[in-house]
Amino acid sequence: MTQTIDTTETARTLHNQVMWNRLISVVEEQALALVRTAFSTSVREAGDLSAGVFDPDGRMIAQAVTGTPGHVNTMAAAVPHFINDIGPERIFPGDVYITNDPWKGTGHLHDITVCTPVFRPIAGDDGQETETLIGFFASTAHVVDIGGRGYGPDGKEVYEEGINIPIMKWVDRGTLNSDLVGIVRVNVRESDQVLGDIHGLAASNETGRRRLLDMLDEFAIDGLRDLATFVFDRTDAAMQQAIATVEPGVYRNEMVVDGYGEPVTLAVEITVTEDGMHADFTGTSPVCPLGINVPLGYAHAYFTYGMLVALAPELPNNYASLATFTVSAPDGVILNAKHPDPVAVRHVLGHFVTDLCLGAVAQAIPERIPAEGSGALWNFQASARSSDPMDPRPPVEILMFNSGGTGARPTLDGLTSTAFPSGVRTMSVEATEQVGPIVIWRKEIRPDSGGVGAQRGGLGQVIELGPTEGYRFDFSAMFDRIDHPARGRAGGGDGAPGAVYLDDGTPFAGKGRQVVPEERRLVLELPGGGGFGDPADRDPDDAEQDRIQGYVT
Amino acid sequence: MTNSSTPPTSGSVRIGADVGGTFTDIVLERPDGTYASTKVLTTHDAPERAILDGLESLAAAESVALADVEQFIHGTTLATNALIERRGAHTALVTTEGFRDVIETRTESRFEQYDLNIVLPKPLIERRHRHTLSERRGARGDELIPFDEQGAAALIERIAGEGYESVAVGFLHSYVDGTNERRFRDLLLEALPDMSVSISCEVSPQMREYERFNTVCANAYVQPLMATYLVRLRDQLQERGVVAPLYLVHSGGGLMSVDSAAAFPVRLVESGPAGGAIFAADLAERYGRDRVFSFDMGGTTAKISLIDDSRPATAKTFEVDRTARFKKGSGMPISIPVIDMIEIGAGGGSIAHVDTLDQIRIGPHSAGSEPGPAAYSLGGEDATVTDANLQLGRLHPDTFGATDIDLSPQLATEALVRSVGERLGLDAMTAAVGVAEVVDENMANAARAHAVENGKNLGGYTMIAFGGGAPLHAARLMDKLGLDELIVPPGAGVGSAIGFLVAPFSYEAVRSFYTSTNDFDVVGSNRVLSELTDEAMAFVRQGTDTEVTVERQVSMRYAGQGWEIPVMLDADSSFDDFAAELLSAKFTKAYEEFFGRAIDDLAIETVSWSVRVSSVLPPRDRVSLASTVGEMLEPGGHRDAYDPVTGDVVPTGLFERTSLEPGVTIDGPAIIAEQQTTTVLASHHRCTMQPDRTLFITRRTEVSS
Repeated sequence: MTQTIDTTETARTLHNQVMWNRLISVVEEQALALVRTAFSTSVREAGDLSAGVFDPDGRMIAQAVTGTPGHVNTMAAAVPHFINDIGPERIFPGDVYITNDPWKGTGHLHDITVCTPVFRPIAGDDGQETETLIGFFASTAHVVDIGGRGYGPDGKEVYEEGINIPIMKWVDRGTLNSDLVGIVRVNVRESDQVLGDIHGLAASNETGRRRLLDMLDEFAIDGLRDLATFVFDRTDAAMQQAIATVEPGVYRNEMVVDGYGEPVTLAVEITVTEDGMHADFTGTSPVCPLGINVPLGYAHAYFTYGMLVALAPELPNNYASLATFTVSAPDGVILNAKHPDPVAVRHVLGHFVTDLCLGAVAQAIPERIPAEGSGALWNFQASARSSDPMDPRPPVEILMFNSGGTGARPTLDGLTSTAFPSGVRTMSVEATEQVGPIVIWRKEIRPDSGGVGAQRGGLGQVIELGPTEGYRFDFSAMFDRIDHPARGRAGGGDGAPGAVYLDDGTPFAGKGRQVVPEERRLVLELPGGGGFGDPADRDPDDAEQDRIQGYVT
Repeated sequence: MTNSSTPPTSGSVRIGADVGGTFTDIVLERPDGTYASTKVLTTHDAPERAILDGLESLAAAESVALADVEQFIHGTTLATNALIERRGAHTALVTTEGFRDVIETRTESRFEQYDLNIVLPKPLIERRHRHTLSERRGARGDELIPFDEQGAAALIERIAGEGYESVAVGFLHSYVDGTNERRFRDLLLEALPDMSVSISCEVSPQMREYERFNTVCANAYVQPLMATYLVRLRDQLQERGVVAPLYLVHSGGGLMSVDSAAAFPVRLVESGPAGGAIFAADLAERYGRDRVFSFDMGGTTAKISLIDDSRPATAKTFEVDRTARFKKGSGMPISIPVIDMIEIGAGGGSIAHVDTLDQIRIGPHSAGSEPGPAAYSLGGEDATVTDANLQLGRLHPDTFGATDIDLSPQLATEALVRSVGERLGLDAMTAAVGVAEVVDENMANAARAHAVENGKNLGGYTMIAFGGGAPLHAARLMDKLGLDELIVPPGAGVGSAIGFLVAPFSYEAVRSFYTSTNDFDVVGSNRVLSELTDEAMAFVRQGTDTEVTVERQVSMRYAGQGWEIPVMLDADSSFDDFAAELLSAKFTKAYEEFFGRAIDDLAIETVSWSVRVSSVLPPRDRVSLASTVGEMLEPGGHRDAYDPVTGDVVPTGLFERTSLEPGVTIDGPAIIAEQQTTTVLASHHRCTMQPDRTLFITRRTEVSS
């Protein structure tokens, strides 16, 4: 006696679910391969990369969880540009495409996006098999160098920031574009590493392509269209439910940060409807002459990330979840920089967009939104140079990621010395000292830096560092929240502002090129996060712990 | 007798004892090489009690005198549990001034990008118990700030006053020069001779302060507990008449002496799972399979490791106590040599639920043994993987596992409908199919990612399945991963304890030492290798004086990369002026194997060096596996069970493993039951009983998959 399981609707649903999970695992493998081979510190320590699979129309079906919020929808938006600019009639098996255009890719020239079409023999009505386009893989990674002035905010136009590769073929029907290889080779520093990373991007797409073809064979399906429809329908339904938890309306917020030279106002108006959320950045300060300007796509990414993390943390990123969130801004505001505005370090202001937008929706869902945090990272990026020109020593580039405190949550303290919204990890002090002529004398929690509240803001940290004998540091400071600390919420106090000075007391500017001479130490006091709720409501046991552990003196 | 390579003398037996979270498994190896085993409940207040009780009842059943025990090998999760449950000693950390908070600020990152309410793991030693001393070495071991003798004296006075039971010492760059750590220990022991002290340059001399400090803290934290336990066990074994020495299994899959284990108990973390991997490695050698996929599934988790050339891969760091869905970064890092495996929240007790996308999700929460799966009738409300297996007809309600538990199909059905079916509009059977498919997919996906991370391709691997849950899922997992062979060995339910008995004496010494092919430090490299060899040899010689093998390895990367790959060195030659060329060539080859292509003209750096010394085991008798069709066995009965190949519920043949004679063949669909587990074949599988009572499972060639 044979009993047959319902093979219709429910079985197909289970089958689709299994394939969806498999697809996510395919792009996760694609991303892992990239992390392992990457030369750029920000890729391996900060996950400054992304990987995804797309349907033939360029709609993203799945994206690796490994990756940075800054690529959340910038890479997704790139693939339709590839299809359009290459031209559907010029897309062939064996092709690989490339670009680093900040406005078609992920916001600055240092991010290279590589896209690979996937073909599969599919039988037509006549039974003849033809190679048919079934989708794309794309991946993005931050490379070590892209030429120009080198990484920093000092370019006046994007032309100074490095080589710009418009969308073109890196590989044409199996043949590597050696002209482009040659051009990249002579235009960037560390060209072996940069070319190594581009090959790595192409190889990771290839890994994805092979795994996808295996998967389609195993499940005996032709292409991705039906699965994509399933994924988008499911996501869309869940997204609508998530949005429905926010009262429709218009919510505004403004945040002033230090900026470069003069304070920058970031302004947003978020309109919530039943279908989605729209952020408009009218009222934001104009672009500035330095490379802290942000292409709108990048601001879009940090808006989307903020909304996803607050409303729908379980939902995977794909075309349907990202389509829910739209943005607009007048031309020429600092969150809508246009070519040829300089954009190299767009992340400094970009990282504040998440707190800016969370602050707006906090009016609708106050029980879910944390206080403001330190936001932008306090990266220390320096060129170690011989302090005595008569005694030349090899120049060394140094990069350290450091984070202040995050904002207190409605029911939890903020996180101490932890990156948000960035996903950066810090590097080991010992490993940093092995590679460069630097001594880090102190890297420790900064007591009393968290905003007071029923929930305390996350603490910042204190870092003291200096060059080893024979060296000085030339560095471009990119530190914010010195004049404008993270604000508390719901009665909580502000986090402590940051401070930068030399150990002999010489004050340093938060932004701009400065020198740490030999035998001096630079002191960085990183800002804390804002507090949440009335300090009088703090649990006495928590207050006692703060004192015992020395978080509060 | 301390010699593991000598075959057991006539009449003497060897004992393996694996203390797990729920059960303590005791295995007795008879003089002819066969095994007897028992499972008793772990006695958490005094784990030695269950060991001794189990040992005595097993010895009695086998008519063996305890004096005839030739060797006693023990692995335990006690250290792991003490770390997870925070039941260790009152411990202080002494560290370099300026670095008090290294174990609290961790990597300054969130392991879960999309959770605003994320809770980061608490440091093992809270801030008020972390003390600093003025001293500082540079990256080359140069003295930047001298050791503060007066400060040390004041600190020691404070330690004495605050009643600490154990002290961890971790100074910056001590992996290059541990003088100051040793100096502080000496001063401390002078003042407080009974204090337990762990220093990071001995426990884990690897670069990266967060991992090293955390490792020395973990060692100090469990040291008093483990030392007293091990002494208690040793004494009581002697009291009962066991004269054989006691050895411990360490996380790297080898044996160490009680004294070493008491000094470095952090090396005992993960010793149980390590036993499982050794078990699989031993079978790999016996069956002549040079690429083996070891699959161990229990009540809470599944563990997968890849074993090439009968040697489980080892890693130099891992995480214990992953607090969030086994996610990377949510636990505490421990830098010690450990068998490289992935752990997935997928076991028989893993709970199924439906998420906001209407997708079935499994785990990571487990119903454990109490209340257990709904079918246990112990009050469990949630549907688990075991409930799904029962619903699908794969388990017999009355003969489940080693326990006396009868399973209730009724309760399983209700739970499946409640947890999954109602929300998705599925009947219990379809819900069960979904649960089984999802858990199998989870394991398959994790296994593929693990292979990618290790630069391996799963094609051509043979699966060895053990642990109570694995044989139920193994054949399906084999299909999903495209593997062609599955081995379900006898004794699968106590695999780890059997693994203990085939482990070599071994010790892996690891140290960070940084040099580059641009300016290769020949003298320094030779010194490091020679010191590591001496260190590892000394540990192994505490247990055996037999022949040993020495394996030397260096982890290298291109300058600028952040992740190293291992490069094997020749066993005994030392470096000369051609070292840089030699290492470049070896690295390039290894890199190509990992990533497909190497990169020209870049300098290559060494990061850490390791030397593993292990005793040579007697060669295994090779057993060849045969899948030729023998007598086609007809089932003793049938039960309706789900067949994933056809997607139907079909009458499925039932077999008792103990009644199968070598050479017989069973074609799926079939269910082969034994005391501690059940093996499930789909309709396209074929199983051939081997002479050693191993089940060898392949796909039938005449049936398309």
